[in-house]
Amino acid sequence: MRLVAEILLLAFLVIAAASSLAFRSLLAAAATFTIYSFVLALLFASMGAVDVGFTEAVVGAGVVGILLIATLHQTSRKSRS
Amino acid sequence: MIHPSKSPIVLVAARTMAPAIQVMAFYVIIHGHYSPGGGFQGGVLLAASLLLLRLALGDRVGRQQVTTGKATLWSAAGALAFAGLGALALAGSGNFLDYAAISWLGAEPAAARYYGMLIVEVAVGVAVAGALVSIYDDLLLGSTREDRGGS
Amino acid sequence: MRLLGIAAVAGFTALLVFAVSGLPAYGDPHAPAHRERSAAGTAVAGTYYLQNAYRDARTPNMVTVVLADYRSWDTLGEVVVVFASGLACYFVLRRRPLP
Repeated sequence: MRLVAEILLLAFLVIAAASSLAFRSLLAAAATFTIYSFVLALLFASMGAVDVGFTEAVVGAGVVGILLIATLHQTSRKSRS
Repeated sequence: MIHPSKSPIVLVAARTMAPAIQVMAFYVIIHGHYSPGGGFQGGVLLAASLLLLRLALGDRVGRQQVTTGKATLWSAAGALAFAGLGALALAGSGNFLDYAAISWLGAEPAAARYYGMLIVEVAVGVAVAGALVSIYDDLLLGSTREDRGGS
Repeated sequence: MRLLGIAAVAGFTALLVFAVSGLPAYGDPHAPAHRERSAAGTAVAGTYYLQNAYRDARTPNMVTVVLADYRSWDTLGEVVVVFASGLACYFVLRRRPLP
């Protein structure tokens, strides 16, 4: 059961990382990046490192997401490459 | 310069969620002795609630609760409180940051370490929250889209 | 160039998988990190914390004890790093009225 959950989370992690790189819209890329951070936090928690998971959830999915979106206010919304 | 959001849903949601996040942040900082969490996580949560207000309500309203100068002062005060607690242990003829030596103030060593850790957690939380908010404010200050010809 | 990048990623992945396969199993009680005495005969830090954290500081959460008490120098350094980054932004970026 645990193995199934971890494999599902890992698959979701890879999908989130790849789509965060692939999106042309930078807002969507920022949103999927916070999803990536949150799935990574769930993985840490499932491995028993609850403190590390908590830090990852708060920093990666909270503050970094806010900073990325605040940066998007200052630049264009589309990736050129 | 970030303008206030034009959508009332965003305004109401941000203003409703920010106090709840702040209460959660204080709980995480204070309750770090018994549950996961601690100073760093609680401080980042506190900073996240303040940044949420700044992002949703715009610069002018969002910065009224905690101004930029106050945030810088917070981070300095947190780091100073941490180092000052270490120096307090030094005054009790112990090693630097050895809280058991603070028992010269009248507590037994284990209790001194307990309360020393509590003070350290609060200091770390205040320092991290202040530093993150002041970094955010400094990075956004004065750089408007109109300044650079728009995009 | 693109093929080179893919090859580099694949090679690095293979190296990492090879390295991880040599680690002790998850939760193995006989792993070197979980012994009471190391090979040199000294006390292993993690086991010492598990055995003595509550007696030393009356705190059930030993992660907090390690972070804030046993390894408080590291936490002090972490706080100073965060404060220094805030200070750098303050000096470089903050606009003050010219005298």
